[in-house]
Order: sequence, then C-alpha cells, then structure tokens
Amino acid sequence: MSFRARHLLGIEHLAPDEITTLLDLAETCVDLNRSADKHDNALQGLTQINMFFENSTRTQASFELAGKRLGADVMNMHMQASSVKKGETLIDTALTLNAMHTDLLVVRHPDSGAVNLLAQKVNCAVLNAGDGRHEHPTQALLDALTIRRAKGRLHRLTVAICGDIAHSRVARSNIWLLGKMENRVRLVGPPTLMPSGAEDWGVEVYDDMHEGLKDADVVMMLRLQKERMDGAFIPSEREYFHRYGLDAAKLDKAKDDAIVMHPGPMNRGVEIDGTIADDINRSVIQDQVEMGVAVRMAAMKLLADNLSAARTQPSEVTA
Amino acid sequence: MTALLFKNARLIDPEAGTDSIGTLAVRDGKIAGPTGMDDARVIDCDGKCLAPGIVDIGVKVFEPGERHKESFRSAGLAAAAGGVTTMVTRPDTTPAIDTPEILEFVRRRANEASPVRVLPMAALTRGRAGREMAEIGFLMDAGAVAFTDCDSVVTDTKVLTRCMTYATSLGALVIAHPQEPIFSAGAAATSGKFASLKGLPAVSPMAERMGLDRDIAVVEMTGARYHADQITTARALRRLERARAAGLDITAGVSIHHLTLNELDVGDFRTFFKVKPPLRSEDDRLATVDAVASGLIDVISSMHTPQDEESKRLPFAEAASGAVGLETLLPAAMRLVHNGHIDLPTLWRALSLAPSKRLGLETGRLKAGAPADLVLFDPDAPFVMDRAKLRSKSKNTPFDEARMEGRVLGTWVGGAPVFPE
Repeated sequence: MSFRARHLLGIEHLAPDEITTLLDLAETCVDLNRSADKHDNALQGLTQINMFFENSTRTQASFELAGKRLGADVMNMHMQASSVKKGETLIDTALTLNAMHTDLLVVRHPDSGAVNLLAQKVNCAVLNAGDGRHEHPTQALLDALTIRRAKGRLHRLTVAICGDIAHSRVARSNIWLLGKMENRVRLVGPPTLMPSGAEDWGVEVYDDMHEGLKDADVVMMLRLQKERMDGAFIPSEREYFHRYGLDAAKLDKAKDDAIVMHPGPMNRGVEIDGTIADDINRSVIQDQVEMGVAVRMAAMKLLADNLSAARTQPSEVTA
Repeated sequence: MTALLFKNARLIDPEAGTDSIGTLAVRDGKIAGPTGMDDARVIDCDGKCLAPGIVDIGVKVFEPGERHKESFRSAGLAAAAGGVTTMVTRPDTTPAIDTPEILEFVRRRANEASPVRVLPMAALTRGRAGREMAEIGFLMDAGAVAFTDCDSVVTDTKVLTRCMTYATSLGALVIAHPQEPIFSAGAAATSGKFASLKGLPAVSPMAERMGLDRDIAVVEMTGARYHADQITTARALRRLERARAAGLDITAGVSIHHLTLNELDVGDFRTFFKVKPPLRSEDDRLATVDAVASGLIDVISSMHTPQDEESKRLPFAEAASGAVGLETLLPAAMRLVHNGHIDLPTLWRALSLAPSKRLGLETGRLKAGAPADLVLFDPDAPFVMDRAKLRSKSKNTPFDEARMEGRVLGTWVGGAPVFPE
C-alpha cells in the first residue's frame, strides 16, 4: 500500500490502493483534529500557497487550516484581484511560484484542465482545489471518508448523486472515486443538467428523483448555481425544488438508514429542504466539513513525502 | 529551363486512377509525357512514388499582421518540404484580406518569398464581420480564387443569400464553414462521454449539420458554387450526399486531422489537439475516411493554422484553435493508405486533382501539358516526428513524437526543384 502520485490533480489517475492509503491516513488526522493539541509538525518548514482564481470561502479555509495544523507556512493568494487582471499568464504565475520555492500549491481555477497545465510547469506538489467542471478530488475524498465512517464500508453501496451534474466537478470526482471503489452510482437530475454521454460512464442515469433514490444508501445533493435559470437549463427555482429538491417524500424512497450529503454551500429550499439538512439522524453535512480538513491534511502529508523523495532521488516517484 | 526525365518512378496518376512504374518527362515547366529528349537530366526514382504536387486549400499564413507566427517564406518552405506545390491561402488575417489593395500586398509578398505557388482567397464580407459584402468583382480581378469568411460564419442569412447571389453572377466560388454559430459558441470540444468527463465546454456534432442545412438551402436558392471547408460528421455527410444527388454545385473538404485523429487524442487537455471544428468521435472519423474514399468528400486539406506557444499554453477552453499541417499532411495521409482505407490514386484525387479542378487549375494531373508540379516520395519511410524540426515558425503539431511513415524526397514547381533546398 502506498501513495505514488506527485500531484493530486484528480481522482481519475489514482489507483484504489492510493485512495485507501489516503483515507487511512486521514483517519489519524481526524483523531488529531479532535484532540486538545491539534498540531503536528509534518509540514514544518514547507511553504504552502493557496491560489484561488475563483471565489471560495470554505475550501480555502479548510486547506489553510489543514496546512497550519501541520506546521506549514501558509499563504493565500486571491488571483482575481491581483496579477491575472494585469494579463499575467498561468505560466508566468508558475514561474513566479517556482522562484518563491513553494512546496505545496493548492489551486482553484474556473477552467477545466488549468490546474493540470500549471502542474506541468511548477516544481512543487500541486493539489487541485477544483478546476472548471473537471475535478475536485479532495471533495470526493472527504465524501468517501464520510461515507466510510457512516456506513462502515466504501464498496457495494448505492450512491445517488442528484442535481446539476453537468456543471459539477464534485460529481465527476465522485463518479471516478465511487466507481473505482466498486459502488453503484446513479446520477439523478433534469436532462438539461445531465452531461452528454453520461450513460456511457458506467453509471445509471435517472430524470426522476423518486426512481433514482429508490433503495439508495447515500443521497448526495449538489448545489444548483443560481445563474442556471439564465441559460434556460431549468424554468424556476420552485419548479426545480418541486421536482428535484430533496424533501421527506423523496428521501422516503431511499433506504431507511440512507445518509444525506451536500458539498456546500447549500441553497435551502432549492435543492434541499432545510429540515432534512439539519436532521442529525440523516444528514452528515457537518461531518463532511470536518472530514475535509482531515483529508486535506492527509493529502498534503503524502504529497510532501513524495516531494522530498523526488527531490533527493528524482527517479523514484512517478508523475 | 532544362528538361527532366523521371525514370523508374511509381507514377501515381489520380486522373487515370493508376499506380504503376513508368517514366515521366518534363520540358519547359510542363509535363511532356512518357518519353524525354536526349538532353534531359535523368532522375532515377528508384521505384519511389511520383505524384502531382498537393494543392492545399485553406492554408493560413499570418501576413499581413502576425508574421512572427508564419510568413510566406516559412510557410512556403514548409509546403515545399511537405510536397505541397500550391498553397491556397486564407483571408482570416489581421486585417482581413477583404480589399484588392490588401490582396495585391499578399500576392507581392507571396511572389517574393514563397518557393511554391500561392493562390490567395479573399473574405466574402468586409472584415469577415458578416454584414457588408466585400468587393468580390475587384478581388477576382486582383486574383482571388475563392471567397470565404473562414471559421467566422455569416450568421445573417439575408447577407449570405445576397453574397451568394452576387458571387454566382461572377462565377465566384464561395467557401463556408458549416456550423450553427450560436449553438456552438464557446465550445472547445465535441459533446459526449469524453468532453463531459473532462468538463470541457462542448457542442453537439449536430451543429455542423445545422450549419450545412442552412447553407444548402441558400445554395438551392441562389445556384451558387459552394465548397464546405470541412465536413467532419456522419450526420452532415448524409445531407451533403443528398444535396449532391439533387444536382447542386456543392463540394466539400476535410482536414487531415479529422481523418487521422479523434476526440480522445485530446487526453489530459493537450491544446495542440484543439482544432476547429473540434475533433470528433471515432465513428465520425471513420465516416469521413469512407467519404473520402467514395469521393463524397472531394478535398483533403492540412488546414494549416500556425499558433505560437503563448496562444496554446493556456487552459484548453482559452487556448487558440488550429494546428500546423503543411509538412505533416503527406505522412499523416499515408496512415489512411497503410491502414488499407484508401489507395494512393484515390488519396491523390483528394490531395491534388479535386482541389485543382474545383479552383479551375491545370495542376493535379500527370498528363502532357499540365504544369510540372510534382512530388517524389517514399510512402514507407518511417520516422518519428520532431516538432522542433518543422520549417513553420510555429510548431503546434498534434503529431509531435508520433511514429509516421512517408517522406518527401523531392518537390518541383513548374519543373524547378524547390525541395530539398
């Protein structure tokens, strides 16, 4: 069992044993985070830069906390406000970061593939914190840890991912991860928000919530971006909530012990009924936030190990 | 000019549809037939292929405007090395080639700098903006061989109809890019399993059929001479077939990239594989290969589109479209021959004869009296493509590090050697 990747760009190129290794390590981070002295010096002396080309409060805070608890020097860069507006390219940004001797680079970018591009040009470990509609690997990993802790396993579960699949990087990373760990994945949503070709992904596609949620172990709701009405994807928030919002009647179709997840931030009354989100017997949404910090700590520890191995013996770690 | 005698050549004659060992004589810049004169310089072809030079419709040279990406000199050298003896150049420069004055500049620069023939196309509408008609008559007088707004689709059907009606009265050839422009706005890939997994902005392949359907209707109304620059989907091919059967004057081309690559080649966001229209599914690729073999698609082009590193080293959706192709057209096309999809005379019909005929040129043939524009090549010579060695100023080829077969040994334009330099 080992974790060989040099960067965490997506779930697509991870092997199942790498996922398990990371989740096992994250468990120890959960324990650390719950202890009185929430500190470890695993990243002592390393520089972590969080570079967000897209607004984010929660993910950035989670990465920042994870880095600080591991003793890294953490810096946040808000790229909309700085050099991007001056016309600096992603490549120039990468060169700048190299000159600063960055060790861990956390990137969120509105374009699919932008983080892959950056990773080719920097000499540090890169963590994808979300690129366009492509991947959001730490979200899928924190979801996996949450599921594993709630259900006692991460295989042979029926997971319904519901809502705006087309625009969701969370959905794509989860589809990769849950598939690799041998679960049954269903995608549920209006056909306008279903990616073209999804039926060929090895998942089941539903446009009816009642059918899609039937006997599910896990119900994963996705955020509906408010601007989706503009592109004529859906008629209105109220019709969306009526047909695709998670309420008691729809959740009733899932297994009695089904858990409810949401990557946040939630639109209460749009994709999820507030009372379900707050139901401590069903909702694991707060656990997801907690697992987020732990998973990001584990990911950075593993990448830092591989980075130091690569810097001493460049041939031993594969890209 | 000295006479030449190509001996022991494997003659690829697209007009006769033959592929046979023989002798070809050249005199005064023209093909003289199978026997030469005593004073002829003898070239022993050693059984290698001798074919009419490639006539490449749709080459982008960045003059005027962005000569750092490609000049007539660099493009001409690349063409000569690739067996392309006539470059039919695109008007989508900055500024667009939409006045006789700019066209004069282009012709002068081309004559000075290019070792191969250059035939310029001009914009159909001013600034390729799709609003006002360009001076089609004056531009024809100045030497424009066809009129096209390139990948900028004339959205206003009223404007397109008037341009086509006017062009018809002058016998001008209109070349269009069949695509429904609003539907495909912002798309960087073909929608489907792959693009969705990668989260790329994508458009249904149906957008091409929608665009072609509209254009066919306008051709039916106006009687225009029409050429679709690239047909890349099976759906659109069925419409093309029907329009052709109805007797409309419609021809079509396809780029070498759509014949040899598919959407999966993009892999992890490799922007050198971003072209317009986007690469298609394997089913669509095979349909276009069949259409070339049957003659439904008339013309294969390189759609040579140089882009500098800065334009390509961007996130996929933001990166520039296009690939260089003058030097890789022949070896890439040989893949179709080696895979058994097509024979050499049929391939050369699409690379040389059909584009010549469509533009009313004498080239593309091996018969006596035709211009001695020739390419000598070894169809089997293997090599690994190295983009750094390309003669184009821009090196954006999707075939970098690819194993290819087919090497140009010599190129002649009007009987004069242009490659090797």
